Amino acid sequence: MPAPVPGRRRGPQPRAKIDDPKKSMKTFKRLLGLILKRYKVHMIFVLLCIIISVLASVQGTLFIQTLFDDYISPMVEQVAAGQSADFSPLLFAIGRVAVFYLIGAAATYTQSRIMIYVTQGTMRDLRNDIFRHMESLPIKYFDTHAHGDIMSVYTNDVDTMRQMISQSMTQVFNSAITIVAVLVSMFSLSVPLTLLSLGMVAVMMFVSKTLAGKSGKYFVAQQTDLGKENGYIEEMMNGQKVVKVFNHEKKSVEEFNELNEKLFQSSYNANMFANIIMPVNGQLGNLSYVICAIAGSLLAITCGGIPVLSLSLGSLVSFLTFNKSFTMPINQVSQQFNSIVMALAGAERIFDLLDEKSEEDNGYVTLVNAEYRDGKLTEAESRTGLWAWKHVHQATGEVEYKELRGDLVMDDVDFGYTDDKMVLHNVDIYARPGQKIAFVGSTGAGKTTITNLINRFYDIQDGKIRYDGINVNKIKKADLRRSLGIVLQETNLFSDTIMENIRYGRLDATDEEVIAAAKLANADSFIRQLPDGYNTVIKADGGNLSQGQRQMLAIARAAVADPPALILDEATSSIDTRTEKMVQESMDKLMKGRTTFVIAHRLSTVKNSDCIIVLEHGRIIERGTHDQLLEQKGKYYQLYTGKAS
Amino acid sequence: MIKTLAVHIKGFVKESVATPLFMILEVLMEMLIPLLMKSMIDNGIENPSGADMGHVLFMGGLMVLCALLALLGGAMGGVFGAKASAGFARNLRFAMFENIQTFSFANIDKFSTAGLVTRMTTDVTNLQNAYQMILRICFRAPISLIVAMTITLMINARLASIYLIAVAFLSVVLFFLIRKTHKYFTQVFEKYDELNASVQENVSSIRVVKAFVRENHEISKFERATLNLYILFLKAEKMMVSVSPLMMITIYASIIGISWFGANMIVGGELSKGELTSMLTYCMNILMNLMMIAFIFVMLTMSFASGRRVAQVLNEKATIANPENPDCDVPNGSIDFENVVFSYSEKSERPVLNNINLHIKSGETIGIIGGTGSSKTSLVNLIGRLYDVNEGCVKVGGKDVRGYDLEVLRDKVSVVLQKNVLFSGTILDNLRWGNENATEEECIRACKLACADDFIQDFPEGYHTKIEQGGTNVSGGQKQRICIARALLKKPLILILDDSTSAVDTATDAKIRRAFAEEIPDTTKLIISQRVSSVENADRIVVMDNGEINAVGTHDELMESCAIYREIYIAQTVGNGDFDKKGEM
Repeated sequence: MPAPVPGRRRGPQPRAKIDDPKKSMKTFKRLLGLILKRYKVHMIFVLLCIIISVLASVQGTLFIQTLFDDYISPMVEQVAAGQSADFSPLLFAIGRVAVFYLIGAAATYTQSRIMIYVTQGTMRDLRNDIFRHMESLPIKYFDTHAHGDIMSVYTNDVDTMRQMISQSMTQVFNSAITIVAVLVSMFSLSVPLTLLSLGMVAVMMFVSKTLAGKSGKYFVAQQTDLGKENGYIEEMMNGQKVVKVFNHEKKSVEEFNELNEKLFQSSYNANMFANIIMPVNGQLGNLSYVICAIAGSLLAITCGGIPVLSLSLGSLVSFLTFNKSFTMPINQVSQQFNSIVMALAGAERIFDLLDEKSEEDNGYVTLVNAEYRDGKLTEAESRTGLWAWKHVHQATGEVEYKELRGDLVMDDVDFGYTDDKMVLHNVDIYARPGQKIAFVGSTGAGKTTITNLINRFYDIQDGKIRYDGINVNKIKKADLRRSLGIVLQETNLFSDTIMENIRYGRLDATDEEVIAAAKLANADSFIRQLPDGYNTVIKADGGNLSQGQRQMLAIARAAVADPPALILDEATSSIDTRTEKMVQESMDKLMKGRTTFVIAHRLSTVKNSDCIIVLEHGRIIERGTHDQLLEQKGKYYQLYTGKAS
Repeated sequence: MIKTLAVHIKGFVKESVATPLFMILEVLMEMLIPLLMKSMIDNGIENPSGADMGHVLFMGGLMVLCALLALLGGAMGGVFGAKASAGFARNLRFAMFENIQTFSFANIDKFSTAGLVTRMTTDVTNLQNAYQMILRICFRAPISLIVAMTITLMINARLASIYLIAVAFLSVVLFFLIRKTHKYFTQVFEKYDELNASVQENVSSIRVVKAFVRENHEISKFERATLNLYILFLKAEKMMVSVSPLMMITIYASIIGISWFGANMIVGGELSKGELTSMLTYCMNILMNLMMIAFIFVMLTMSFASGRRVAQVLNEKATIANPENPDCDVPNGSIDFENVVFSYSEKSERPVLNNINLHIKSGETIGIIGGTGSSKTSLVNLIGRLYDVNEGCVKVGGKDVRGYDLEVLRDKVSVVLQKNVLFSGTILDNLRWGNENATEEECIRACKLACADDFIQDFPEGYHTKIEQGGTNVSGGQKQRICIARALLKKPLILILDDSTSAVDTATDAKIRRAFAEEIPDTTKLIISQRVSSVENADRIVVMDNGEINAVGTHDELMESCAIYREIYIAQTVGNGDFDKKGEM
C-alpha cells in the first residue's frame, strides 16, 4: 500500500482557466506548431483551396449584380426595339460562371478532404503521443493523480480538438479571406460607406467579445462543476453497496442535489450567453445594412460629383449586397469562439500531461543472454537460461560481463514519497543469490515500500541499492525490471484472453510454455473448466473470475517470465485453504533457486525464509531466522505468539 | 424511451413552449427583412423618379423595428432554450441518481460504475444539447423553409419549381448519406469505447506494465487501436465531407438556373426584375434550412443511443422495496434460515445456496469457513436483505426479513463488506456514516474496539485526517479496521464481518475478536474468514461447501467429524498456515 502522499489532489482537477490570454496564445501557437510540423504541405493546399472557393463565390455575387445591367437590360431593350433578343452574351457569361462555380465546389471538396486527414491524423498523433508519454511517466505520477483526471485527457480533451481543427480553424481562415476579399470590393465602391460598415463591425466584435467572454467563463465553470459532479458520482457508484448497507441513500441524494444545482446554474448561464451571441450579431448586421442604406442614399442624392463621396445608385445596391456578405463571416467566427475556448483549455491539459517529466533512466548496464564458452562468460545470441549484466565501462569502452545471480544489497537506505517525510530509515538488507527474504510487520510499517524501491518504481533519497554488486542506478530500468518477477496484491489483469494474459510475462512464450506456467500455478484445471478454456476473454479487471483465480493467473504470469529474482506481495487471504496449499507448492517451486523478497503472511513462508526482517515505522527492528527471532522474544515473538511482551 | 425522458421536462414546460414561439418570431421577422430591403431598393433607391429618401427612411425604420423584434425573439429563445435544456439535464441527472439510490444489490450488479458515470454525464449532456436543438431549431428551420418556399411559389411558380427540384435532390442524397455515415459513426463510437477502456486499464495497471517492462508492447497495442479508429473515422468523415460541395453545387446550379430562366422570362415579359432578385435572395435561405434540418436529423439520431442508455437506468425497477406495512421493531439478534434456496440469476442452473437450514441464537458468535465460491458471502448477504431468497425464508428476531422496514433492518444488521470502501472526507466523517450523531468519544470508543485508535492517533491530524477518494492513503489493514469501527457505530444487533480482517495481522485480529467478546457480548456476531484462527474460538462454526452447509459445530466437534474442516485446519497449522496462527494462545 502506498503510504499517504501529501498534496495528492482530490477528485477531478480544476479545469484550466482561460483568463490568461498569454498562456492561451502560447497554447494555440504550440498546437498550431504541432499541426504544421506534420501537415505543412496539407495546410498550404487547404489555404489555397479556401482562397479559390472564396474567390469563386465572390465572383458569383459579382455576376448576379451585373446580371441586370449587363445582360438582361440590353436584351429587354433589344426586344423593345423590335429585334429578337441576343442570348449569346448571357449564355457565355453563365457558362463562365458555371466553370468558376465548379472550380469553387471542387476546391471546397478538396479542402475538406485534406482537412479530414489533417484532423484525424493530428488526433491520432496526439493520442499516440499522450499514451507514449504516459507510459514513460514514473509510478509517482499515477500515485498522485486521480485516474479519472488522466482518463479525461483522452476522452474530453482530445475530442475538443476535433471540432476546433476541422471546423473552427477552416471557418476562421475562410472568414478571414472572405472578409479581405469583400473589404477590397467595398473600398472600391465607396470609401465612406466602407468606413461606416467597419465601425459597425467594431461594435459587433466588441459585443461578441463581451458575450463570448462571459459565456466562456461560464463554460469553464460548467466543466469544473461537471468534473466535481463526475467525481461525486464515481465515488458514490463505487461505494453504492456501502451506501445501501448504511442507509445513506437520502444523504447522498441531498449532497448530489447540491452539486447538480450548481451545474444547472453554470450550464444555463454558459448556454444562455452563447445562444444570445448569434441573434445579437445577426441583428447588428441588419442594423448595419439599414444605416448604410440610409447614408448611401443621402450620399447618392446630395454628394453627386464630389470625388470619394459620390456614389451611383447601382453601386449602392452592390455595396449593400457586400455589406451583407461582410457581416456574415464575422457572425460565423463569433459562433466558433466557444469551441475554440474549450479546445484551448483542453489543449492546455494535454500539454500539461505531455510536459510531465518522464521517468529518468541513466542506466547503461544491460541484461543479455549469456553462455560460458571456454570457461569464459560471453554474450549469447538466443535464450540460454543464463543471464549476464553487460557493463560497458564509460571511460575505456571495455566490456565486462557479470553473471546475473540475484545478489541484492540495500545499504543504509532512506526513502520518503516526498522529501519532507521519510517513511524508511537506515534500511540495510543483504540477500544472497537464491535466498528468501521475508518482510513482516504491522500494516503500514513500510513492507510494500521496500519492494517499490528494488525495481526502482521510486528512487531512494539516500543510501545505495546494489544488484550483483552493481548500483541499481547504473542498470537500465527496463533490464532491471526484466530480471525481477513480481506478483502484486492487486492482480491487474488485462481484457484479453487468459492465454495472452499469462503470456504477458514473456511475449515470446509458446502456448505450451504458457500452459506449463499455468500448471505450475495450479491454474490449469480451472482454466480448462471455463467454456472457452485458455481463449476465455477476461472482462475488465477480471470480473468474471474469482479473486483467487485471478491471483493464480498473476502467479502464472510471473512464472512464465522465469525471472532470476522475485518480489511477492503475498495476498493469500482470499484464496481458500485448499487452493492456497496448491499455490503454495507451486510458489515454492517457483522460488527455488531464485532470490525472493516476500511480504509474508503465511507461516510456512516466514519459517522457511533465510532471513526474516521485522519492520516497524519504516525501520528494521529485528532480523534473523525464525528460530533466532523467537529466541530474542522481541516484536517477532509477539507477532508470532500474539502475546504482548 | 421518449415518454420516459419527456416526463423530466417538468418544471421547465413554460420555457420549453416559449422557446419555439420566440424562435418563430425571430424567423418570421428575418423573412420579412429581405422583403423590406427589396422595397427599399426598388421603390426607394432605384425609384425611377430619383431616389426617394422618405421611402428609404420609412423602410429603414421598419427594418430596424423588425430587427429589434427578431433580436427579442432570438435572444429570448436563446435564454429560455438554455434554461429549459439545462433544467431538463438537471432533472434527468437527479432522477437517475435518485433511482440508483433505490437499487438493490442485484440492480447494482447489473450496471458497471463506469457505465453509470458515463450515462449521468456524457449521455445526459448529449441529451441536453439535443433538446436545446429541438427547441431552438426544430421549429425554426422547417418554418423558415416553408415560408420561403411559399413566397417563391407566390412570386413565380414556374421558376420556383427549380427549388423544388433542388430540395428533392438534396433530400434524397442527404438521406442516403446520413444513413451510411450513421452506420460508420456507430462503429466509430464503439471503437472509441474500446480505446478508452484500454487506456483505463493501463492507468490502473501501470505497476504491472512497468514491472514487466511492457511499455512498448502496450504502446504498439494502443497504436493499433488508434490506427483502427483513424481508418474508421476517415471512412465516416469522407462521406460527411461530400455534403458541403454537393450543397454548393446545388446552390450554384439553382442560381444559374434561376438566372437563365429568369432572364428568359424577363425578356418574355413574364417576370419583373425585382421578382428575380427576390427569387435569388431566397435561394440561400431555402437550401441552408434544408441543410439545417438534415443536420438536426443526424444529431438527433446520434443522441438516440444516449437516450436509450439514460432511459435504461430510469426504467430500472428496484428488485427489493419496502413492504407495504413495514415492521419497524427488530426484537433481538437471532437469525433463522429455513429451507433457503438462492441464486443471483433465474437462468443459472445450479442455485448459489441450496437447502440452507441454520438457526442462530441472539448473542451467539458464529464462524463461517469454506473454500472460494462456497457461497459464504451470499449466505450472509441474505440477512440484511441485500438480496432476496428464491425459496424458503430468512428470519431475523423470529420474523421474516421481507416484513421489516429496510432502513430499520439494515440499521440492526451491520455488514462489513468484503469489498469495502471509504469515502473522501475525514476519518470522523467516514465513521459517522455508521451514526450521524455519534460524538467524537463514541467514535474513538468504536475505533478502540476495532484496534484502529492507535494508528489513527499516530496520524498528524488524528481523527481529522482526510481520506482520499477510495481510501488510497491508508493501508488495506487500516482501511478494514476503520470499516469495522464504522459498522460498530451503528450499535447493531447483528454484526457481520465478511473476511474483514484479511489484511490485518493475526495478533491484531485476535485482539479485535477479544474486544468484541468482552465489549459487545449481546450482539450476534458472524465472522467469515479464510483463517481457522479467526473462527476457531467461535461458539459454533459453519463449514460451507459448494453452496450447502457441510457441517456445524464447535472447533473440537468439527475436528472430530468434519473432513473439510480438518483438512483446512491441518493445512493452516502444519507448516502451511498463516504467519502467527496461534494468535490467541
